Amino acid sequence: MQTSTSKIAIATLTLALLAGCSSSGPEQPAAPTESKTPVAPSGPSGTPVAPSDVSGKTMTPEEALMASLKDPNSPLSKRIIYFDYDSYAIKDSYASLISAHAKVLAANPKLKMLIQGNTDERGSREYNLALGQRRAEAVKRALMLLGVQEVQIESVSLGEEKPRMEGSDEAAYAENRRSEMLYSGEF
Amino acid sequence: MFKVFRLMATTLLLAATAAHAQLTVEITGAGANRIPVAIANFAGDGLLPQALTGVVRADLERSGLFKLVDPGTTPVPENAAIDLNQWKDRGADALALASILPAPGGRYEVRMRLYDIARQNKPDGMIFLFGASTVRETGHRIADFIHEKLTGERGVYSTRIAYVVKTGKSYELKVDDADGQNPRTALRSSEPIISPAWSPDGTRLAYVSFQAKKPIIYVHSLATGAQTVVANFKGSNSAPAWSPDGKRLAVVLTKDGSSQIYTINPDGSGLSRIAGSSTIDTEPQFSPDGQYLYFTSDRGGSPQIYRVAAAGGTAERVTFEGSYNVSPRLSPDGKMLAYVSRNGGRFQVTVMDLASRQIQILTDSSRDESPSFAPNSRIILYASEVGGRGVLSAVSSDGRVKQKLSGQAGGDVREPAWGPFNQP
Repeated sequence: MQTSTSKIAIATLTLALLAGCSSSGPEQPAAPTESKTPVAPSGPSGTPVAPSDVSGKTMTPEEALMASLKDPNSPLSKRIIYFDYDSYAIKDSYASLISAHAKVLAANPKLKMLIQGNTDERGSREYNLALGQRRAEAVKRALMLLGVQEVQIESVSLGEEKPRMEGSDEAAYAENRRSEMLYSGEF
Repeated sequence: MFKVFRLMATTLLLAATAAHAQLTVEITGAGANRIPVAIANFAGDGLLPQALTGVVRADLERSGLFKLVDPGTTPVPENAAIDLNQWKDRGADALALASILPAPGGRYEVRMRLYDIARQNKPDGMIFLFGASTVRETGHRIADFIHEKLTGERGVYSTRIAYVVKTGKSYELKVDDADGQNPRTALRSSEPIISPAWSPDGTRLAYVSFQAKKPIIYVHSLATGAQTVVANFKGSNSAPAWSPDGKRLAVVLTKDGSSQIYTINPDGSGLSRIAGSSTIDTEPQFSPDGQYLYFTSDRGGSPQIYRVAAAGGTAERVTFEGSYNVSPRLSPDGKMLAYVSRNGGRFQVTVMDLASRQIQILTDSSRDESPSFAPNSRIILYASEVGGRGVLSAVSSDGRVKQKLSGQAGGDVREPAWGPFNQP
């Protein structure tokens, strides 16, 4: 129930974002599509229970939180949101990922996040810096609409300067059009 | 034996290139009506550690505006009695003669005389005193003199350029002579450096560095190497551009959300917002009279160039053709706007005559970025790509002369900015 509420919130948010940016170019989809294959998020708890580490010592709640952020089995380990060319609209398929991160941030008000927006290499470096900022800002606003405090998030842009994949083909371009989420201690 | 010598010479040349990482300039297109000029070997050139005649010849030839006429190998002093008809028969419209003499204090004096054969003007002359370490600078100043006398416009041989070289994961901000032969590293970083911009007095560079893991604007004194933070607000800080009087910088900040244009003092004080929109506004550039800010905005649905009064007000759209027009740069004479337009997936340097609003695509390349006018408004330096590597190229603002500046293997050269006439 919790999950579907979040999804509706994200869908509404996506609509709002798209409406707000309806003038941002022909590459942008005209309308959002329904999330066709909703993936049920595994629902990370906002207050993670402290697991024991291998040495048997009990982790502090902060350590446990950081461990859960990096746990490959947790949706929180997924930190990248990809975008279409010339677009800063968040696709519906990222609803569960964003809601998972929103929950952990909302439940841990001292936790900070840096969102880095990135673009592919085509076109002006400075315009790409602005476009990357839009992509970071879109993720920030999505998180804030789900209850995260603005003071917890800084959105910055790396433009085209930090590609994940070198190369000048569509595969590299697609890999590089992204926003990445980093938590306290990771930036 | 002969072969061995040649091999040694080649090795030596390679070593010199690697040590200085110079850019070599290759003319890939020349003006239709190049002025034929003869530069006779300067008398006394052998006194100098480096031949002065060669610097002058290379400068003039590289401009694409002059054609060098073979002057023979005999040095001719500036006060020699000459038969101009004989030089005319060789095809020269102009003739430069010079003598180099020892001067007190280990210095040298060069006396140069320029005969304008075609227009039969009285010969012009100049005298320079210089030291052994400033042979190249002296050559550039002689070339500037000849250029101005024969074309009526100032030469830019004595000016400097800045650019960024990326080698592996290392970024270097370079300051170089306009001929690419004297590169010096102003800043080395393991994080990207973009958008260098010269202060109007030529003493400082503003730029964006990612050294603190996000874009922050700095001003860098070239004399001292001191780096001052100009803008480090929440979010991204980028796209610095100096006002013509050097007292303000236009910058782009995202502290309130999307990229917006502000002005600020070079010491980081006195922040003031210029234009407000909820869309992307970036790449501000002052017009040379300081009255307007030109900038890129996607407020109309695609990135286009707009302008707004520097004091603020309503923005006016400047570019209309095509769906991607970015990186506006005003010519120093205020008559032209250079920018990058996307045409069928190719990004090309384009120029607009501001009076007639006529546009011309100047290049036939496809990955052009960051145009920068020479201070005489006649040449546009820009970043391009050849074989997947970043290179600098130049095109005359009428599109006729094209040059390629190639660096050493392995380096990606980008983000050029042509400095002002002013030399500190």
